Amino acid sequence: MTHIRIDIHSKTYPAVGQAGHHLAIANLNLSFKAGEFVCLVGPSGCGKTTLLNIIAGLDNDYQGEILVGQQHTRPKIGYIFQNPRLLPWRTVRENIELALDNHQSSAIIDPLLEAMQLTQAQNVYPERLSLGMSRRVSIIRGFAVDPDVLLMDEPFVSLDAPTARQVRELLLKLWQQRPHTVLFVTHDLREAIALADRLIFLSAAPMAVISEIIVTIPRAERHNEDAIESFRQQLFNEHSEIKQLL
Amino acid sequence: MISLKKLLPGLSLLAFLAVWQGLAVYLNSTTLPTPEKVAEVFWQGCVSGQLPFHLGVTLLRLVVSFSIAMLLGCAIGIVLGRNKKLDAFFDNWLVIFLNIPALVTIILCYVWFGLVESAAILAVVINKLPNVIVTIREGTRTLDQDLLDMARCYHFSRRKTLVHVIWPQLHPFVMGATRSGLALIWKIILVVELLGRSNGMGYQLHLFFQLFDVAGILAYTFAFVAVIQLIELMILKPLDRKSQRWRR
Repeated sequence: MTHIRIDIHSKTYPAVGQAGHHLAIANLNLSFKAGEFVCLVGPSGCGKTTLLNIIAGLDNDYQGEILVGQQHTRPKIGYIFQNPRLLPWRTVRENIELALDNHQSSAIIDPLLEAMQLTQAQNVYPERLSLGMSRRVSIIRGFAVDPDVLLMDEPFVSLDAPTARQVRELLLKLWQQRPHTVLFVTHDLREAIALADRLIFLSAAPMAVISEIIVTIPRAERHNEDAIESFRQQLFNEHSEIKQLL
Repeated sequence: MISLKKLLPGLSLLAFLAVWQGLAVYLNSTTLPTPEKVAEVFWQGCVSGQLPFHLGVTLLRLVVSFSIAMLLGCAIGIVLGRNKKLDAFFDNWLVIFLNIPALVTIILCYVWFGLVESAAILAVVINKLPNVIVTIREGTRTLDQDLLDMARCYHFSRRKTLVHVIWPQLHPFVMGATRSGLALIWKIILVVELLGRSNGMGYQLHLFFQLFDVAGILAYTFAFVAVIQLIELMILKPLDRKSQRWRR
């Protein structure tokens, strides 16, 4: 596993119609330790998805660099999008297999399907899955490629609370077995506290880091809603700048 | 008991034959033979081998020109749909080729290349190609960028992206181009054969026209309508079912 450093001097969107250039990101420096679970929290429209797209190599129109380890190479990415982005004409299993390029895919996919409780649904087409199940397939695809970094863009948004909680717990269990570096974008602070080792609070555009906070609640106590809530209150009391963001 | 809905297509066909028979008996003219007479001519054509031969020749021209037009058209359509600059450059060419009358292309091909098989095929391809390109180009423009981004992010190879991401999205457009293409190519091939070949359905129809043999014309017409129906039932419909099996 590798250490990752992100150093973006600027990212601008060209002028459209009457609107001038839009400066989305300015002087953003972030670094992530191997196996760290980091939640990026910020107001909507602050450029979090833009940042993930830059890291994923989908957006190359920016000034700066992304460093993985010591090499200037593109990191191997697992990207769990907000919308699961499964190919509707391929089954659950085929969707995962397509992301892999080796032929021993069973050894990789079967345990993941089991961990995400989808073994029964592996030959089903995505249109027959519930949103929660599709999200789980997308999580499996992300883990299956054994990524340097797993990007997650609000993957639990628009799920009902019990389903979101269930998928979150499955995700945490899987991540504890396979501790990849995770960048998790959300605007739900409770969710962020429940998941992260470290929280990074981002400002509205142009995006910059407002504060970084280590979540001190032990992993074993993260399922306790009261512990999460009291940590959240403590955050608001100690960091007034965060309150304005959310 | 068989439901009325299933019987309807058969009943409508019978009604069509009855109207035809009634008209033919009432008019009692050589220019409108009865269905029975047409069936007889059809049978004689089959027995003598004339009808299957000419139908086969035309079918072969159809397969060759259709395949070339579809392959080239899909490739060019995808490229133009994905590349705005190339599309802007070639758009006018497409409009020109779309609007050249089929007859003009056929005559020019025969004048420039002689009354040979390749000129006939070329004329059909040139007529069909712009239609395929436009249909596939429109399809390519509607490709889901989210899925393409996913493919890029997970390092899909070009081939994998084409087969698993792009092609299934283009499938309805390809089927549309196939169906309209078959209908169009049939009609053009007949003119091509009429003007410059010495076999095939078009050539035969021309012969029947000179002899005022309406029964012959109708027998050949029904033969190739039947062939097109067979292609639809045996090839296109199963393809549709197979490729749409993922839909709810």
